Amino acid sequence: MKNTRTLGAALLLGSLAFSGTSIAGGASAEALSITCAGCHGYNGASTGPATPSLAGMSAVYIEDSMKAYKEGERNATIMTRIAKGYDDEDFAKMGQFFSSKPMHMAKQSAAGNMKKKGKKIHKKYCGKCHEDNGTSADDDSGQLAGQWAPYLKYSLEDSMSGDRDFGKKMKKKVKKAHKKYGDDMAPALLDFYASQN
Amino acid sequence: MSKFSRRDFIKAGAAVSATSFAAGFTPFAIGGSTKKVVVVGGGVGGATAAKYIKMADPSIDVTIIEANKDYYTCFFSNEVLSGVRELDSLHAGYSGLKKRGINMVYGWVDKIDPKKQVVKVKGGKSYKYDRCIVSPGVDFKWDTIDGLDASVAETTTHAWKAGPQTLTLKKQLQSMKKGGTFIIAPPPNPFRCPPGPGERITQMANYFKVHNPTAKIIAFDPKKGFSKKPWFQNAWERFHGFDSKNPTGNGMISYHAKDGVVGFDPSTNTVTTASGNKIKGDVVNIIPAQKAGKVASSSGLTNDKGWCPVDPKTFESTMHSNIHIVGDSSVASPMPKSGYAANSQAKVCALAVVALMNGDKVGHPTYVNTCYSFINEHEAISVAMVYDYKDGKIIKVKGSGGLTPKKVDLKQRAREAEYAHSWWNNIVNDGWG
Repeated sequence: MKNTRTLGAALLLGSLAFSGTSIAGGASAEALSITCAGCHGYNGASTGPATPSLAGMSAVYIEDSMKAYKEGERNATIMTRIAKGYDDEDFAKMGQFFSSKPMHMAKQSAAGNMKKKGKKIHKKYCGKCHEDNGTSADDDSGQLAGQWAPYLKYSLEDSMSGDRDFGKKMKKKVKKAHKKYGDDMAPALLDFYASQN
Repeated sequence: MSKFSRRDFIKAGAAVSATSFAAGFTPFAIGGSTKKVVVVGGGVGGATAAKYIKMADPSIDVTIIEANKDYYTCFFSNEVLSGVRELDSLHAGYSGLKKRGINMVYGWVDKIDPKKQVVKVKGGKSYKYDRCIVSPGVDFKWDTIDGLDASVAETTTHAWKAGPQTLTLKKQLQSMKKGGTFIIAPPPNPFRCPPGPGERITQMANYFKVHNPTAKIIAFDPKKGFSKKPWFQNAWERFHGFDSKNPTGNGMISYHAKDGVVGFDPSTNTVTTASGNKIKGDVVNIIPAQKAGKVASSSGLTNDKGWCPVDPKTFESTMHSNIHIVGDSSVASPMPKSGYAANSQAKVCALAVVALMNGDKVGHPTYVNTCYSFINEHEAISVAMVYDYKDGKIIKVKGSGGLTPKKVDLKQRAREAEYAHSWWNNIVNDGWG
């Protein structure tokens, strides 16, 4: 499943590479994606303090996130309303645009001093899917290190409360980590990710 | 398969002179003449358009002509009035755009000559353009309110452009006598920042509650309502004893619908409303009816209502070719006159201008508006909409957009407050950074 989608995305990238306009009608990848910059930053590099950067993330991850927002499967403040303005082809183009930009590492300081503990938790429970401290786009998971901490905090909160369905695997891992580290889990992870820039 | 355009060639970073690959590729003049874009107005629309043109095609010479060396965003300036933030926190300068190779000229543009394709700066040089982008914001229809004009408004402010008037009004509100009356007169449609009046009333009520709890806010609105009304009124009910069933009642906020201000007497600080009410205010804030910025009318770009009709695919004027108008001055309904709309329109315009100047096909446009208002420091609400282009018009994409849920969810609203701060940082960086 994942592989087919990645392949599809790669084909789209290939055909878009030397064309400023869309292959199948509608607005171009660039025209669609630059409308996001007012909130998500120029070329998807957010200046924060909370709105996540999109630059350099996996195309599949961005595409899937937009679909989940559109379907209301993922808790959001405003994205559920915005995603309803687009179709799957638009999402694929946005994914291609942002994945082609260099990943943005937010300049922020950790809120606390638990980054060592956070590193340990990340390695044991998160690192298998979020490779390279969550900076790899190849694993089609979201950016963690260098992503804005408030956004990651909201995501973790939603994962714990069930407001956002991350799938069985992540739910299980978060539950396990929380069982072991309790209320230290989230702030420790956030300290670790915020300190990577 | 796909055409290898000049623009893509430049984007690929090739430092090749135009002449070396001109044969067969360049539809524009070669042999020394540079393509020139002159942008009139360095607000959201102008700054963003200039940046996106320069980034898409660095070979285009881009010049912004702006009256002020320092720009303060109108968005979030209601928070300056209530003391939540300082005016300096809304500053946007032009050093970032200069670093990107955009020329800055500071001066006032009286007029654009569409035939000679020249922009004339008052007391200064003239600037020739191949394409001109005009983003002058709004001007006021002073003749709609008896007794009010631009000089009276220096003390009886509108504060609808962030800057000196914002500080004047702030000082007046802070030194208002205990239990005094603040009169606010929102404008008729269409005007800049539709949620602005409701947000201003909300912010001022928050300020008075702490610093002048017996003060009164009286709003005389020519309209039957305003953007985000149920959301703001909900906040007035929760925090300021407002009764939406009796909106003109005795609480701190008294809201009069369909009874706008039609006259003002500066000697007694008294407003006259459409229904004949005469009320004296201790501080009076009249936001007059609006029209496109001055340069638009002096250059023959406005219709009989005072706004600039454009082709929404390119934002080129339907009255004069090679001149594009973005932002508040343009007729871009159903998009609101908002900062984010100006940002979005500027990008549609920038891509179109670059395509037109390179002889490429103009792509299909797409637009977004996103707008946050603070209820207080812990709560923000938002409105959003995605727009498409169909049959020569801008249309709302069905099913998209809308407001923050009416039911108050403090967790979500606190997140929206954080995202609202991010919105300011990113929209400013996107335009000026």
